[in-house]
Amino acid sequence: MAPEPPLLSMSGITKSFPGVRALDGVDLDVQAGEVHCLLGQNGAGKSTLIKVLAGAHQPDTGTIRWRGEDVTLRSPIAAMRLGIATIYQELDLVEHMSVAENVHLGHEPTAGGFVVRGRAAKESTAQLLKRLGHPEVDPGRLVGELSAAQQQIVSMARALSHEVRLIVMDEPSAALDPDEVDNLFRIVADLTAEGVAVVYISHRLEEIRRIGDRVTVLKDGRAVAGGLPAESTPTRDVVALMTGRNVEYVFPQRPAAPPEGEPVLSVKGLSRQGEFDTLDLEVRPGEIVGLAGLVGSGRSEILETIYGARRASTGQVLVEGRPLRPGSVRAAVRAGLGLAPEERKAQALLMLESVTRNVSVSAMSRFSRGGWLDRGAELEAARAATRELSLRPDNPSAPVRTLSGGNQQKAVLARWLLRGCKVLLLDEPTRGVDVGARAELYAVIRRLADEGLAVLLVSSEVPEVLGLADRVLVLREGRVVHEAPARELDEHRVLDLVMEGSPAS
Amino acid sequence: MTQHVSPPRDGTGKAAPVDGPPAWRVQLGRADVRTLTLLGVLAALVLIGGITQPDSFLDTRNLQLVLTQASVIGVVTVGMTFVIISGGIDLSVGAIVALASVWATTVATQEFGFAGILFTAIVVGVGCGLVNGVLIAFGQMVPFIATLAMLASARGLALQITDGRTQVVTVPSVLDLGERDSYILGIPPLVLVFAAVTVIGWLVLNRTTFGRRTVAVGGNAEAARLAGIDVRRQRLYLYLLSGLCCGIAAFLLIVLAGSGQNTNGNLYELDAIAAAIIGGTLLTGGRGTIVGSVLGVLIFTTITNIFALNNLQTDVQQIAKGAIIVAAVLVQRRTASTH
Repeated sequence: MAPEPPLLSMSGITKSFPGVRALDGVDLDVQAGEVHCLLGQNGAGKSTLIKVLAGAHQPDTGTIRWRGEDVTLRSPIAAMRLGIATIYQELDLVEHMSVAENVHLGHEPTAGGFVVRGRAAKESTAQLLKRLGHPEVDPGRLVGELSAAQQQIVSMARALSHEVRLIVMDEPSAALDPDEVDNLFRIVADLTAEGVAVVYISHRLEEIRRIGDRVTVLKDGRAVAGGLPAESTPTRDVVALMTGRNVEYVFPQRPAAPPEGEPVLSVKGLSRQGEFDTLDLEVRPGEIVGLAGLVGSGRSEILETIYGARRASTGQVLVEGRPLRPGSVRAAVRAGLGLAPEERKAQALLMLESVTRNVSVSAMSRFSRGGWLDRGAELEAARAATRELSLRPDNPSAPVRTLSGGNQQKAVLARWLLRGCKVLLLDEPTRGVDVGARAELYAVIRRLADEGLAVLLVSSEVPEVLGLADRVLVLREGRVVHEAPARELDEHRVLDLVMEGSPAS
Repeated sequence: MTQHVSPPRDGTGKAAPVDGPPAWRVQLGRADVRTLTLLGVLAALVLIGGITQPDSFLDTRNLQLVLTQASVIGVVTVGMTFVIISGGIDLSVGAIVALASVWATTVATQEFGFAGILFTAIVVGVGCGLVNGVLIAFGQMVPFIATLAMLASARGLALQITDGRTQVVTVPSVLDLGERDSYILGIPPLVLVFAAVTVIGWLVLNRTTFGRRTVAVGGNAEAARLAGIDVRRQRLYLYLLSGLCCGIAAFLLIVLAGSGQNTNGNLYELDAIAAAIIGGTLLTGGRGTIVGSVLGVLIFTTITNIFALNNLQTDVQQIAKGAIIVAAVLVQRRTASTH
């Protein structure tokens, strides 16, 4: 490498928020044309660091050097002018505007003060989309009509519509299928070949090995390792740096005898137009059944339909032999179903409320007479349920938004524990949960099953399904293509099954 | 790599005695600061009133008048607070008050005396609330639009009933309620009604499943639905509640004015929303207090009174009100971020 200064060099960056020191003297340097991976658990400071880099946060102390010169990134516009573009995890697109309008948002081509509509903008957008390998996206379409993967492409096109030298990508693969991830990596490779630097954030360690040049690991607001070679550093070392201890996937012991007894949940011929087709499954008390499949295989839709949040086209859901009224969440909850949804914050939690109120919300009638709440009983019951799951902090009045991802998930589980549900539907239970906290969550789920709960689990992480479930149903395009005890399957076999016949295999 | 270990068994599952600060203190925190701030503002206003107009402002009759005026809009604001906490809005409250007050004072209604007037005012209020609620909960209409339509229709109907005339109340028992003779320990009965509505509202919001569900629906409607709450029924009840409050307020207004008019309750919707907001209710839902809203009402009414006593015109009052709304929201954001 030439002795020229790094493209970007951040040193001694600190940033405090009320109550937390989010960044505590972080150094990061990025060379032109490299993929620099930023790793760390939730709360390690990744988001804060990239917001400093994007000009959205001002650091308390520390210096930022850009191409050898000290700079202050006062605003996102200042960062953009220098050539720093950020693609956030939560895409910042305007749904009711067209692709072209989104790409040029904020720097619309103008003539005499008026925004130029029409061809020029569309053509330059089409060029960018073509460069990104998605010529099929029509620049005139509304962004709201596009798939998640296409929206991400639009977001990237917007970044490239500026003169960029550095692109920050925050978990870009989170919402993508494997073949779309391949395309993403191709784009990243093209960009770096042109000399653009990429700061790549991901939870998926295997991706970092595939595309990363160097790795910086953040933990508790500090860079515990800077610029490690991505290819040769063992995964175990990286995980150890992130968690501070040696953790891999640790799954609890399965019970010696397979669960017996009548199935508590039976699904018969359940279909929803265009999502999944004639699904049959049974879950017994004490059993964990896993659904494995890619994004788009209908996994989440199946859970939500069983739960009554979506109405089935045909088929039946039976709990303890009694059919549920279709399309009614309340009927499902009354019959003993509980759902821990994929989007915890949007679909499960009352973010402004305390842990207690989040836990008791589904069982309020247990603490009330004639609508009048017995708050003492409510608090005691919520406390018992959260202690049962070792939720931290052990403070029922803590606002739920201050909890870590794993503990927020425990609050959702405690809700159903308190309600006394018989069947637990888990949709991506460890999404957004630290690697270190996952083992504990797995143990909790297994223990709930051991105590007689029937669990239906959906996860995009195949090792999670194989490690946690007793029995696995493999889904492809809304159909069950294989069913087997988990111990008879391995990751490769499952991946072969889910990708069979698809162009990506 | 997958390895299996025995699950760690921690957490006793038994409820231990409460440790740490008691729940009430932890929960109070920010709400307390806000209430104290509002009380401080109110105290400052009373002080200003006392200094600028020492004789007329602190006069018992004047204070009784301020509280009476606050009662009508106050009852409306309690209902509005519930609706806003649930993430909705009710723009039709002023129009409902007008319609209920004129319907309850027609010659035909007045033949049924006190009970007829009270009953009609409440039934009209609840009826309008029912229409709002059905449109919003089951017709999937946006609350802003459904209640805007109700605003227009109810005002129109009120005008049609009165033909623009003032309908004087001739039922003595109704008019007597507003007289000094019926004051209890120096407190006008209207103020007692307002106090009762406030206490009941506080209890419903903080001590019942209905209140909890209201907050849950406003905080995250999708999460509430997936937690098994009947969100639509809850919404229906909330607009019924707002309509009920409007009916009560209409009756209070009939007593206060001794008549029913189609122009009654003009811009009550904005006064009620403003009072709820300076009281700390989030317009996006999920958070709000009855105490804050009631203090908001008292602050606005006191300002109006002080300005009137000092012979300042209504235009100046309006400007001051606007400034107070902005100041209150800015101060609250500041206290919220430092906590």
